[in-house]
Amino acid sequence: MKHTGADTRIGGASGKFPATRRSAVLASSSPEPQERRQALEKIGAAYWKPVYKFIRMRWTLSNEDAKDLTQAFFARAIEKEYFKAYRVDKGSFRTFVRTCVTHFVVNESKYASRLKRGGATDRISLDDTAEPAGADLEEVFEKEWIRNLFELAVEDLRAVCVSRDKQCHFQIFERYDLQHTDSSYADLAAEFGIAVTDVTNYLAWCRREFRRLIMERIRQITANDEEFRREVGVVLGKKA
Amino acid sequence: MTISDKAINRLRDVVYEPDLSGTRYRITGVAGHGGMGMVFEAEDTTLHRRVALKVIQPAEAFLDQNAFDRLLDEARILARLEHPGIVPVHDAGVLPDGNVFYTMKFVQGERLDVYAAGNSSVSDLLRVFQKLCDAVAFAHAQGIVHRDLKPENIMVGMFGEVLVMDWGVATILNGRREPAGTIVGTPEYMAPEQASGAVHEVDKRTDVFGLGAILQFLLSDKKVPRSLRAVAAKAKAASPAQRYGSAVEVAADIQRHLDGVPVEAYRENVIERSARIIANNRMAFALIAAYLLMRVLVFFLLNR
Repeated sequence: MKHTGADTRIGGASGKFPATRRSAVLASSSPEPQERRQALEKIGAAYWKPVYKFIRMRWTLSNEDAKDLTQAFFARAIEKEYFKAYRVDKGSFRTFVRTCVTHFVVNESKYASRLKRGGATDRISLDDTAEPAGADLEEVFEKEWIRNLFELAVEDLRAVCVSRDKQCHFQIFERYDLQHTDSSYADLAAEFGIAVTDVTNYLAWCRREFRRLIMERIRQITANDEEFRREVGVVLGKKA
Repeated sequence: MTISDKAINRLRDVVYEPDLSGTRYRITGVAGHGGMGMVFEAEDTTLHRRVALKVIQPAEAFLDQNAFDRLLDEARILARLEHPGIVPVHDAGVLPDGNVFYTMKFVQGERLDVYAAGNSSVSDLLRVFQKLCDAVAFAHAQGIVHRDLKPENIMVGMFGEVLVMDWGVATILNGRREPAGTIVGTPEYMAPEQASGAVHEVDKRTDVFGLGAILQFLLSDKKVPRSLRAVAAKAKAASPAQRYGSAVEVAADIQRHLDGVPVEAYRENVIERSARIIANNRMAFALIAAYLLMRVLVFFLLNR
């Protein structure tokens, strides 16, 4: 009973998020400075690590050089309003960011090359702008982006648990779902001094919250419902 | 904190799997996913039988507060449609996590597109198609339009039974309607009035278009007479007024073709008409030909 053919499409004419769920991608070009700053912070949180890893692997840079370039990229993106140029009909925001990073680093390397001719040192060789053989960098970028989103959502969950005095919930979630202990529900119940049904309920609560939080994170970095659905499929993996 | 690949995979599973604690169902596998819902293979631990359990996809539940109501509407629509050609619903309810679910018969068989890709003959495919028309006509008689008829939503069972699945975007005629501009369906099988979001124009002829598109798909790589292709073309005419008025009329025209009489959708020329009459009366024409041949032989023998 598989349904893997052409997908049924459900959506309105506008295909936009409700106003209460403003996308950070859209808000990043808001004329309101406060909203724009908050949106760029959210985009930075979701992309700093994957961009850093991508730069480091793509141009085989040292840790410090890659960090400097990543920082420089986000500073330039904010200054020059790179993200304003994103068009959702041209592809995902994730692909757009990766393309921006590549262009940025190539331009940087050209600049560095000119400095080198004037006596300065070059961090990136222009020869290195070709794709290294054997490495699927797009996959690396996507994988790091996914991992980062999971990490952010877990941290969000931890913060929610602390704010609601549910630290025990989080500890059980951490032990059972994140660390893969061999402990059974009964073992965890004995260790934490709670009933087995509490372990079941705490885990169910944390998983439900985690689902909501990771969806929130994905929603922030997508521009409309269609892109959101697509990226949920990428982050959470297609079932069946 | 850094999360391992193993932890990511585990979290992916727990995000998708519905919380069935406190219910009589146990997940045994994933059956498939459509536009709105996910279908799991599950065991009904009370009745000891395999069922298909449908819930809303996490992304849809997140985006649309009404998604749960829509799934419940779908279960209620299925409950109204007791017909051998429509998958029967067993149960519906709300899970501990607030997610709505319903269970239905687990259909063993092949999707129509897979079935058609096999070695099925044209007459076999037409038989399946007629059963499909019957099920759709029954739904229309109950005032329900499927709106997403496509080969992927039709199952052909192990005993030749044909079941229409996925009533997730079905609508009740003269009932609650989506606002104008709402577009549901699958582009290749979607009637123009549906694709343009003109919901007030959607009626049973919208499904007739879907039937026409399915018939066209079934015949796409087969050698068939023009009259049969004309049936598909008439069913999926751009204007609803130019289509068959109902699924019953489509099935009736297919039956005319099978009976060897002219179909409504096609005006044959003299040659085609003669070829059809000869094909339908092969035995009589063979006897006449043999008789004439014998007369000719006798004539020559007597006048030698």
